[in-house]
Amino acid sequence: MVPTNYYVILSAILFGLGVFAFVFKRNIITIFMSIELMLNAVNLAFVAFSQALGKLDGQVFVLFVIVVAAAEAAVGLGIIILIARNRQTLNVERVDLLKL
Amino acid sequence: MGHEMTAPLVVFFVLAALAVIGAISLIRQKHPIHSALSLIVVMVALAGLYLLLGAEFVAAVQIIVYGGAIMVLFVFVIMLLNAGVEEHTSISKMAGAPGLLLVVALAAFVAATIARSADRIQTTSQAGEMSSTLGISSMIFKEFVYPFELTSFLILVAVLGAIVLAQREKI
Repeated sequence: MVPTNYYVILSAILFGLGVFAFVFKRNIITIFMSIELMLNAVNLAFVAFSQALGKLDGQVFVLFVIVVAAAEAAVGLGIIILIARNRQTLNVERVDLLKL
Repeated sequence: MGHEMTAPLVVFFVLAALAVIGAISLIRQKHPIHSALSLIVVMVALAGLYLLLGAEFVAAVQIIVYGGAIMVLFVFVIMLLNAGVEEHTSISKMAGAPGLLLVVALAAFVAATIARSADRIQTTSQAGEMSSTLGISSMIFKEFVYPFELTSFLILVAVLGAIVLAQREKI
């Protein structure tokens, strides 16, 4: 039996790495991937607490988070394709004008 | 902690190390396709952790939806856009310092919160005894039936949004 704390600490570490990638990376696709990493870290905490409390609500929430992440990925990648088509770059530092 | 290394603990540490290494690799890699492959490693490791937690259905959904559908979408877009090696400017090097600071502060805050509330989490002994897939399905279609139906609407809107955003010529 693994203590719940270990899972939550791992979740915090993964979330922190996701935040760092979000701030540090400059490729818009990688930034988007770091958001997925953060969502995954939160999912781990949900499942860990669900198991610790003996209730299944946490696992149901994880399913909803996964659905929202899938919808977000579809729309977000559409936006990325649009940006790449209009700006010919994926570097977020070169996407700094509201109007072309 | 004085714990002896039982089999679940060993599996946990192996999968946790895999997940953390994958996440660090996501940051270290310069090419987005390598970052995407690192993220798949993280997701598979997390699926293993879900199995360890007795959440078989979530583990299966994690592999199918995250490791399968979403990552295929990512890799597809990376190849469609022919994304090259990431370029770093002086601003992005400067962003590393506040980013690191932010992560350390966040991790310290979370660790302090966990340490303070660790004794308040009461672990129930009967956890994992009931079939989690059966319980989840009955919860989704009884208590959470309205949110569940709303997610189908959300997916419909997302599909329409993606089509409208990605189309080349105006209809």
